[in-house]
Amino acid sequence: MQILKIITKNALRHKLRTFLTILGVAIAILAFGLLRTVISAWYAGVEASSASRLVTRNSISLIFPLPLSYKDKIRQVDGVKLVSFGNWFGGIYIDEKNFFANYAVEPKGYLTLYPEITIPEDQKKAFLQDRKGAVAGRILIEKYRWKIGDIITLKGTIFPGEWDFVLRGIYRGRDKTVDESAFIFQWDYLNETLKKTTPLRADQVGWYMIGITNPNLAADVAVRIDKTFKNSLAETLTETEKAFQLGFISMTEAIIIAIKLVSFVVIFIIMVVVANTMAMTARERIGEYAVFKTLGFGGWHIARLIFGESLLISLIGCILGIVLTFPAADIFSSSLRTYFPVFNVATKTIYMDIGASVLVGSVAAVFPTWRAIKIRIADGLRRIG
Amino acid sequence: MKIPLLYSLRNLWTRRLTTVLTASGMALVVFVFAAILMLAEGLRKTLIETGSYDNVLVIRKAAVSEVQSGVDRLQASIVETQPEVALGSEGQRLLSKELVVLITLPRRGSDKPANVVIRGIGGSSLKLRPQVKLIEGRMPRPGSSEIIAGQSIAKRFKGGGVGETLRFAMRDWTVVGVFDAGNTGFNSEIWGDVDQLMQAFRRPVYSSVIFKLRDSSELEAVKSRLEHDPRLTLDALRETKYYEKQSEMMAKFLRILGISLTLIFSIGAIIGAMITMYAAVANRTNEIGTMRALGFQRVSILTSFLMESLFLAFIGGCIGLFFASFLQLFTVSTMNWQTFSELAFSFSLTLEIISIALLFALVMGFIGGVLPAFRAARMNILDALWKS
Repeated sequence: MQILKIITKNALRHKLRTFLTILGVAIAILAFGLLRTVISAWYAGVEASSASRLVTRNSISLIFPLPLSYKDKIRQVDGVKLVSFGNWFGGIYIDEKNFFANYAVEPKGYLTLYPEITIPEDQKKAFLQDRKGAVAGRILIEKYRWKIGDIITLKGTIFPGEWDFVLRGIYRGRDKTVDESAFIFQWDYLNETLKKTTPLRADQVGWYMIGITNPNLAADVAVRIDKTFKNSLAETLTETEKAFQLGFISMTEAIIIAIKLVSFVVIFIIMVVVANTMAMTARERIGEYAVFKTLGFGGWHIARLIFGESLLISLIGCILGIVLTFPAADIFSSSLRTYFPVFNVATKTIYMDIGASVLVGSVAAVFPTWRAIKIRIADGLRRIG
Repeated sequence: MKIPLLYSLRNLWTRRLTTVLTASGMALVVFVFAAILMLAEGLRKTLIETGSYDNVLVIRKAAVSEVQSGVDRLQASIVETQPEVALGSEGQRLLSKELVVLITLPRRGSDKPANVVIRGIGGSSLKLRPQVKLIEGRMPRPGSSEIIAGQSIAKRFKGGGVGETLRFAMRDWTVVGVFDAGNTGFNSEIWGDVDQLMQAFRRPVYSSVIFKLRDSSELEAVKSRLEHDPRLTLDALRETKYYEKQSEMMAKFLRILGISLTLIFSIGAIIGAMITMYAAVANRTNEIGTMRALGFQRVSILTSFLMESLFLAFIGGCIGLFFASFLQLFTVSTMNWQTFSELAFSFSLTLEIISIALLFALVMGFIGGVLPAFRAARMNILDALWKS
């Protein structure tokens, strides 16, 4: 107990310096937490995806469609329970800046396959009955202040023209990882219009979403599906939804690596700042350490004093930083909504914050401790300032 | 009377450990700051150099990128007959009808897939893009399954080198050449004969039409004629403008990330400098008293401590820039969200970035040093001398 008292007293000797150091640690932990949250937001799509769903797309690349006729063939493959499909629409709402994901899906199968997308029963019914109907996520509705029954017009980038939709429902995510900022409408509407305007592009599907009977056999089912269409005009590539999402992320891997590196740099910067504080503190008190030694206290005792002070400072800073992370993440997520629809501070991030600050506190204390222990009593007493 | 500069410098030297720690904290901040500026500059350079000011790109109305666009043969021919299209040395029109699609290719080494742009080119494509030079092998023969690959494709993707083959669209394509397109986005593309590619991908329409203007000022005329022609549903814009738009999202992302990061980081470094300078003042209370007793003015003491802090920051800034300059050796390749395709660009250090980064370091040093310097200057002579 006695030692805790000394440590606290010591820390308060230079109030301004201690305060500044704690502030520095708090800011660094805040930055670290935010960067880590950005990384986990990147992986949000993977978190939300299920291993028991497969995605089949054209093996050349995502921009090539598959014929609608594949639906029944896929349905016949052993192990397939349910097949739905969709098209990326890529429509623009008023201005390019208002980006949100919008796609056409075959709604019945889609909503069964994705139970995490929850729509009130009456809205769901209304959506299914209206060919021009659409549902949008809670965040979108709040952002653009849409009401049910509103007519929403999107300008097609891939499918030219102005497309009118009637908002029939609002969906919410069953859990926090679900993207609540997408816009979904009936595939039939898209297809029927294409049949009239550009018949060549009709009856084409962007990707198939497949529910399987046994998640353990996902790989086998995927191979079976791809085999069915081998050497056809549109060869397929089937993978689990998780792998599909990871594929996207691996394309932007360079950015993730950069953010990870930067998040370590910030810890390093603060390590240097805390180490500096501790070095100065230890230098000023070298005479006291010599007195301790004269009185018979060992090096271990001095080490505990220095380490204790360093850890105290970094942990107080850490707690402050963690507390600040949550409001900061809120501000961040509203300005970066276009990039990261899902932006939550994960529990893992907080553990990493604490780990980082313990590391900072210990590393910062190593060098001053070494100096304090090594110095000879006579030298320590002789030194001034 | 002024305190010699050497005094500040010698002080930094005396307390080496603290100086090194504080300066390296600042160096890291300057490093991150410079790195983000260099990245943004590299991206800008790549996308701006990709387009030529005199070239006009024609894509389908409302399409945001060439990949989304479709221009059928009839419409392409109408564009071809516009009088503003420049003529080449042999009297041919400097116009090219191109196909742009994405294919997924595995990278060398990691096997991880990435989306790569395949561009079907015509006879004038190379003339429209003087930045592109063949550095190995030869051009593909029209009407054959031959392709040439951009330098960064050849280096980083399986089957991209000369003599290797790539399989897509149910055919094997032989890479017969590698081209260097300088700092431009074309380096991450694969080029082949447009008619062959259209057949193979079963796409009956072109993606875009690109032509060179006879006279750079005639854009408005040809643009309004094309956009008002009832037979056409096309948009015409300068190639430079097009490529700038393509990177808007990425550039904005870098900007937001960069500004918020440097803001937060610089607070950390300023605090570091402040701690160091406060300690420097506290340790030298006696010295300050002596100097004041010798007749040095308060202003001189203020300047001296401020100089010390600025020196510290300057050293940090130089170290940070020194390490940041090595970043130029690296190339970042990532997916551009807007086009969905692979884009490679490198860090680029300009004189402007160097001066901004150094200025930034000095500002950090100034903010960190100004309060401690005031404390030093405001000291009472007697109190300062009294304190042991």
